[in-house]
Amino acid sequence: MSPTQTDTNTLASIDEVEAGTGARLMKNLRSSTPALIMLLVLVALFVAALLRSGSMAITGQALLTGIVTGGVYSLLAMGLTLIFGVLDIVNFAHGAFLTVGLFVTYQVVESTGWNPYFALPIAIAALFIIGMAVQFFLLHRTMGGGLESQLLITLGLSLLIANVLLMIFRGDPLSVNLTSDPGVNILGAVVSRSHIIAFVGALILAGVVYLVLDRTPFGRAIRAVAASSQGAGLVGINVRTVYAVTFGLGAACAGAAGMLIAPFTTITPTAGDQFNILAFVVVVMGGLGNVMGALIGGLIVGLVEQLGGVALVGQSPLLGVFLLFLLILLIRPQGLFGGKSS
Amino acid sequence: MTTNLLTRMSPKSPVGADGSRNLTRPLIYLGVFVVVAAFAPYVLPESRQAVAVNVLIIAMMGIGWNLMSGYGGMFSFGHAAFFGIGAYTDAYLIVHYNISPWISLFIGAAIAALVAMVIGYVAFRYKLRAAYFALATFAFAEMLRLLATNTDWLNGTAGLHVPLLTEDSWSMLQFGANAPQYFYIGLALLVVCILITMFYLRSRSGIYTVAIRDNEEAADSLGVNVMRVKLTTMGVSAAITALAGVFYTQYYIFIDPDIAFGNAQSVQAITPAVIGGIATIAGPIVGALIIGPLNELTADWGRTPPEFLDFLAGRSGLDVVVYSILLIIIVLVLPKGIVGSIRHWWRQR
Repeated sequence: MSPTQTDTNTLASIDEVEAGTGARLMKNLRSSTPALIMLLVLVALFVAALLRSGSMAITGQALLTGIVTGGVYSLLAMGLTLIFGVLDIVNFAHGAFLTVGLFVTYQVVESTGWNPYFALPIAIAALFIIGMAVQFFLLHRTMGGGLESQLLITLGLSLLIANVLLMIFRGDPLSVNLTSDPGVNILGAVVSRSHIIAFVGALILAGVVYLVLDRTPFGRAIRAVAASSQGAGLVGINVRTVYAVTFGLGAACAGAAGMLIAPFTTITPTAGDQFNILAFVVVVMGGLGNVMGALIGGLIVGLVEQLGGVALVGQSPLLGVFLLFLLILLIRPQGLFGGKSS
Repeated sequence: MTTNLLTRMSPKSPVGADGSRNLTRPLIYLGVFVVVAAFAPYVLPESRQAVAVNVLIIAMMGIGWNLMSGYGGMFSFGHAAFFGIGAYTDAYLIVHYNISPWISLFIGAAIAALVAMVIGYVAFRYKLRAAYFALATFAFAEMLRLLATNTDWLNGTAGLHVPLLTEDSWSMLQFGANAPQYFYIGLALLVVCILITMFYLRSRSGIYTVAIRDNEEAADSLGVNVMRVKLTTMGVSAAITALAGVFYTQYYIFIDPDIAFGNAQSVQAITPAVIGGIATIAGPIVGALIIGPLNELTADWGRTPPEFLDFLAGRSGLDVVVYSILLIIIVLVLPKGIVGSIRHWWRQR
């Protein structure tokens, strides 16, 4: 990959970094102590889980489950980081977007009887449109303004979405059923096929988003706006459209993640809340605005959640994730894979 | 000298705004507010007393948040942490040691201030700003929620009940369900919070706080101890919020991890200030006067919908839907908040 490509390859905001391509990332990984610390944390967690449970089978299972759920976090977080990198908005409605993906899937299955996976393009399209509309009509007016107005609007939006869903579908837990969901044995640990599909699907979609950003003219326009919206405007890019499409794309990632986890998740109007928190951890870990960082951060958070759940018996698995979150914020607020420190 | 320089440097400063350091006018306004508010228990029907108390609690939380995030520019998205510390301090001390809530007010405020300073110290040492700072406070409140959920001596998810007394007691701050005493104690606490904020903002530390918000580098170069001032402001803000928490527990005689440390509580601290007007004394109070009754109204609609919403009978969610739509509209239409917009309009005239 040529150096020029490397430089234009990311979504990080101006004063943040421009690491991002695979090559650059690997270099970062090798040279950066935080990544090493991260690895040590994971190894320590693994050992702790092993000692605590006294069983390789349980720990191995946690490892596998961690990686598989982590893939979905990656996709979800990619949408969030994309929105932050380009629009500088911390989207607190991201978990709610995932919930909409869940309910779209439920509604499609309910009214057509199709296999839930047919709902994937529908969920993506629906969330893309919703995301575009939200940015175009609500958030655009606050662009460049204070943190609190955007935060409150996305917060209000997440409350709105959850409660509109509550009004329509009521609060009872729902589910979409697969005709068969056999367990798949991987090196002694077992995960269901729907988990594997979610993992692979999430990685493929994340790859597609990455390629769109990296290789297409529109991706270049998005990156240009991320680097400097004024400059991009001056060279004839329609910044408002780019903002809307980017937000749509970010929301679509959340919608796709929602559809992919629908077959093994309890569908309630507040199901997305917990994912909201996880996505933030992933995004902060990978460096706000860093798409590749979100991908790797997702896997790490999945692992920390699962291994932490085994190591800290009786505590919520999320506790380990939060401790990690604070740790990262403190050692490296620009993110583990954020490149140079600011 | 430094004080004067900083005062002039910061046009948004509460002191520099009209060029006077005179407290007479704000104190007169406060006096008028208290006199008018004191009639509330007589005017309101008994079923609405809870709304009035709720307004007081929301106003206290908003004032606490506003000091740190509005005047101090440190955007907190985790004020539930301080509210929850106050609420749980009171519940724990009364359940296990039968300690009077009046003492818990001080202990809860002190613990919350201490915790806030520790969070602040770590956060500022590592130069967390804006979105990072907000996310860190958010994560911290969530962690406390999870810890409370999993802590046996706080009774986990089940939460803590304040033991019910058979008769009214001033010393244990407990009265019959709709007793006006609650309102007056809450009003007194609110006035204390307002006075603390007003005097703090006129103290050296408070003036520096606003100066640091407006230009940290300049304040630093003038010799202001930025870290110490920020920590003091966070401490005072957290203490005020904890008072709201203690009072909340006494009024609702129950607390659990979700109520104390939940995300909704952090939002509850932010919204009154934003709706009323950030970095104004009256803002959070005006905001609370809107939010409190609005919460009540929409909850009423949810229970017994008006005719045009009949199709919604028996479905929950409407209250929050209305609430969130109004929130979004106010943020979009009045970005300075109600008090801020009126003040802006008044000056432009």
